[in-house]
Amino acid sequence: MNTPNIHPTPHDADASSMPRLIVIGNGMVGHYFLEQLVEHGVHKRLAITVFGEERHRAYDRVHLSEYFSGRDAEALSLGDADFCARHGIALHLGEHVLSIDRHAQTVTTERGDHAYDRLVLATGSYPFVPQIPTVDDGTGHAGLVYRTLDDLDRIREAAAGVAESDQRRGVVIGGGLLGLEAANALTSLGLEAHVVEFAPRLMPVQLDDEGGRALKRQIEALGVHVHVDHATTEITRGERHRYCMHFRDHEPLETDLIVFSAGIRPQDRLARESGLTLGERGGIVIDDTCVTSDPSIYAIGECALWSGRLFGLVAPGYTMARTVAGSLAGLEGASFTGADMSTKLKLLGVDVGSIGDAHATTEGAVSYRYIDEANHGYRRLVVSADGRTAIGAVLVGDNRYYDTLLQYVQNGIALPEDPASLILPHSEGAPTLGADALPETAMICSCHNVTKGAVCQAVEGGCGDLGTLKAETRASTGCGGCTALLKQVFEHELESRGIEVDRSLCEHFAYTRQELYGLIRVEGIKSFEALHSRHGKGELGCDICKPAVASILASCWNAPITDPSLVPLQDTNDTFMANMQKNGTYSVVPRIPGGEITPDKLIAIGAVAKKYALYTKITGGQRIDLFGAELQDLPEIWRELIEAGFETGHAYGKSTRTVKSCVGNTWCRYGVQDSVAMALTIENRYKGLRSPHKLKFAVSGCTRECAEAQSKDVGVIATEHGWNLYVCGNGGMRPRHAELFATDLDDATLLRLIDRFLMFYIRTADRLQRTSVWRENLEGGLDYLKDVIINDSLGLCEALERQMQHVVDQYECEWANALKDPDKLKRFRTFVNDQRRDPDIIAVSERDQPRPARPEEIAALTVEVTS
Amino acid sequence: MSTLTAHHATITLCHRRDLVAHSGVVAWHDGHQIALFYLPGQPRDTDVPDRSEALYAVDNHDPFSGANVIGRGIVGNVGGERVVASPIYKQHFRLRDGVCLEDSEQPLTVWPVRFDGDAVVLETKTSEETK
Repeated sequence: MNTPNIHPTPHDADASSMPRLIVIGNGMVGHYFLEQLVEHGVHKRLAITVFGEERHRAYDRVHLSEYFSGRDAEALSLGDADFCARHGIALHLGEHVLSIDRHAQTVTTERGDHAYDRLVLATGSYPFVPQIPTVDDGTGHAGLVYRTLDDLDRIREAAAGVAESDQRRGVVIGGGLLGLEAANALTSLGLEAHVVEFAPRLMPVQLDDEGGRALKRQIEALGVHVHVDHATTEITRGERHRYCMHFRDHEPLETDLIVFSAGIRPQDRLARESGLTLGERGGIVIDDTCVTSDPSIYAIGECALWSGRLFGLVAPGYTMARTVAGSLAGLEGASFTGADMSTKLKLLGVDVGSIGDAHATTEGAVSYRYIDEANHGYRRLVVSADGRTAIGAVLVGDNRYYDTLLQYVQNGIALPEDPASLILPHSEGAPTLGADALPETAMICSCHNVTKGAVCQAVEGGCGDLGTLKAETRASTGCGGCTALLKQVFEHELESRGIEVDRSLCEHFAYTRQELYGLIRVEGIKSFEALHSRHGKGELGCDICKPAVASILASCWNAPITDPSLVPLQDTNDTFMANMQKNGTYSVVPRIPGGEITPDKLIAIGAVAKKYALYTKITGGQRIDLFGAELQDLPEIWRELIEAGFETGHAYGKSTRTVKSCVGNTWCRYGVQDSVAMALTIENRYKGLRSPHKLKFAVSGCTRECAEAQSKDVGVIATEHGWNLYVCGNGGMRPRHAELFATDLDDATLLRLIDRFLMFYIRTADRLQRTSVWRENLEGGLDYLKDVIINDSLGLCEALERQMQHVVDQYECEWANALKDPDKLKRFRTFVNDQRRDPDIIAVSERDQPRPARPEEIAALTVEVTS
Repeated sequence: MSTLTAHHATITLCHRRDLVAHSGVVAWHDGHQIALFYLPGQPRDTDVPDRSEALYAVDNHDPFSGANVIGRGIVGNVGGERVVASPIYKQHFRLRDGVCLEDSEQPLTVWPVRFDGDAVVLETKTSEETK
C-alpha cells in the first residue's frame, strides 16, 4: 500500500506531521463517527477535518418534525456546540466538497484543496423526487422535500404564504415512514394534511396489507387524509388552492403546497465521479470493514451499499461508524455484517412496529394475526416452518408487545406452547419476557449497541441509577425506543444483587418527595413534627427536608406560612417573605398581576422606594423589584404597599411567580383574544400556590407570541377559536421549549386543564424539580401526561381539581396576615435587645440609585472615619 | 444588668420570650452580633456542660458572604450533629463549637450562654474586679 502508516506512535504525534483524516458529511452518522473516534483517542493521532454541506452542525434528523412543535435547531443538535473545537477537529460547515482526486489523495471544496491519508464518506442520501409535469409558478411550493432543517424552513415559508382566511392544505407524496412524519409536520403548522401514496397501502416496506389498512384508519381518525393507490400524473394551477394534483383513475385534489417523500437515494455523486465502485442502482459498495473499492476510502451510513443492501435507518449507520472508528484505532475484528431493520415508531401518535421478516418471505413461514376492527389495531406474528422460533412481526396501534417480540426474534428464544398468546390481548398488555429470560447477548439498545451483558457489567461496576447507566453505556440515548426495557433490565439486575436504590430525601426521611406527599395527604398530617415523629429519623430535620415538607404542607393545606409551627421550617426567604440578597438585605416584589398596573400604584411603589432608599429594577416577569430593604423595615414597607392595594408577589417562594402577558386584542391590531384578562384570571387563581419549584406563566394574545409563553411552565397562546395550552417550558440555565398540550380551549376548559396539570406536578415531582425536568423524567412522556390530564386515565382529575380549589379558597396574602399579628412581627427585629440597625449594611450611590458597597469601598470608608 | 459570682460575670442578653423556638434571633452585645438558637424540648447536648436546655450562641457574621445573617439560617442535623445552615451560600456550622462542616478553616465564634430563669445570660470573662 502506498499510504503512510496510519498508526504512528504517540511521541511523534505533532499536528503537522500527523496523518490526515477527512470526513465528508456531518449528519447523524458522521457525528457519531466523530464521537467514536474521540472515544478511542484517534483524534490525538490523526488530524481530522470534517466538511458538512449544511449550515447547521449535526442534528437529530429522526425527530425532525419536532422542529415545528417546539424544538429549534439548537435543541435538535447532537452533542455540545464545542465538541469539535474541544477535540481539535476542524469542522467546516456550509462547505460543499466538489470533487475527490483519488490519485493525488485530495478533496476539492469551494474554498480549496485538502490532502488526506484516509477519507470517510458519510454523505447520507437525498430525497427522491419523481418526474411529474408541474406548473412553474416560480415559488417551488409544489416541489418541496423533507430532509433538512432548511427544507423545513422552506415548508414553513410556503405554508405561511397562504392567506389565513382559507383552510390551508398540504399534500405529502409518499406514505412511508418519512412521508407520515412530514404529514405530522404539516399538521403542526396548522395545515389540513393529505398523504398520497402510490402503493395500495401505507408504509409498504414495513407493513403488510392488513397492517397498512389499520394504520390508515387510525391516521384518518386523527384528521390526516390518506389516499392510497394514487399515481400522480400532473400538477396544474388550482382554483381554491394554489395547485391541483391529477391522478390516474381518481378525482383531482387541490392543495397549497406539495412535499415529496417518495423515498431516498444514496448520495454517491462524489464516489461516482471519482470512479469508486457503485451498486447497479447506486450506493457506494463497501466490504465488511466498510472499505470501498479504494483501500484509503471508507463509506458509512445511508450512502453505503453492503452486500447489495442499503440501510435507511440510523442504527446500522452507527454500527458502520463504530466499525471504521475501531479499525482506525487499530482494533482487531471490528466489522459490519448487516443489520436488523426492525423498527418501532410513533407516527402521528400511532404506534407502529415492524420486526424481522414482517412479510413472511421465509420459506414455510406461518403467521398468526390479531385484528381489532373496533380500535383499528393489528398484530401479526411470523414463526418458522417448524413453529419453534419467531422470525418476524408487525404491530399497529400498540407497541407494548414490541420489546418482547423483538427479543424472541433476535435471540431465537423458544416460543411458548401457544405462540399466538404473544400477540393476543391480555388485561395487562403483552406477557412480558422477564429480564432474567434474556441471554447476556440480547441487544437492549440497538442504536448504541448495548447488550444486556453491558448493562450487567455497568451495574457490577457500581452504577446505581438509571441516569448514570445511560451516561456510562449510552443505552437509550439514541432513538429512546428501549427506555422501558432498559429500566426493566436495570432494576432486575439491581434486585438480583440485593441492591436497593436509595432515593431518600435526606438522612431524616427514607422517602422521596412524592412518597412524603402521599403520606401527608393520606394521613392528613399538618405539621413537620407529626410527620417527623411518625415517619422520620434523627432529631431535628435539616435544611433539605424542612423546606421540602413546608412546601408540601402548603401545597396540601395552604395554611399561612407565618404560623408558629411552620416558621422554623422555612428558608429565610419564606420566613421573612422577601428575597435575601448578598449583603443580608432583602428585595421586595409586590404582585402586579399580568404586568398591568395603574399610575397610582406606580406612584405608590415609587414613594415607598424613595422613602426607604431602595434600588428599583423592572423584572423579566413584568413586575418591579425593590432592593436593599433592611429586615426591620419590611413590615412598614409592606404596610404602605398593602394600603396602596398591593399583595405579596411570592417572589421568595417556590410558588406561583408571575403571569406575563402581552397587551392583547384590546390594543394590539394583531391580537385575537384578551390576553391581559386571561393573565389576570390565571394569576389571581394560582397566586399563593406552593409547589416543588417556582412556577412561571405567560399568556400571548396571538401567535406572534410576544409574552414568550413557550418558555414558561404554563404557556397560553390565543387562537381564533380560543386558547392553545403549552406546558413544561423553561428559560434559565437549561432552556426548554414548552410543548403543545391542547388546542382551541375555551376559558373554563383551559383553567380546568391547568388545575389538573399543576396539581399532578405538585403530587409527583421531586424536590426542587422544575416542570421541564419533571416532564423529561416522566415515564411515558407527553402522551402519558395528556392521558392523565386530558383523558383522566388514572381517574385522578376530579381529586386534582378539588385540591386546587381548596388551595385557591384558602388563599390569603401572607403579608396582610403577618401585619395583623404583633407576635409574628417580632421576628422582624434586627436585634432582640437593641433598636439599632445592622451597622455593616452600607450602601453607596451608583447611577442615582443605592447599591451595596464593595469590600474595598467599605475599607476605604472605615479608614476615613478612623483617621 | 449584670450579676457577680465567684468566677464569672454574666450579662443578660434577652429573655426566653424573645427567642423563637427551633429557630434563631440575634442579640447585640458590645459591638458584637450574637445569633441565638433555642431548641425547647430537645435533650441537652452532653458535650456542653451547664446547659439545662438546648440554647446555642454563635457569631451572626457569615464568613463566606461577609453578611450578618447566621441568625436567619435553618437549624437541623447533619450526620447527627446540630447545625445551622447559612441562608446565603448554605454552608453548615456546628452549633456546639461553630465548626463549618464544609470548610474547617472558617469557624464561627461560639459564645457561652445559658438560661438563668427566663433570662438568657452571657458569661463574660472572669476579671480581678469581679472577684
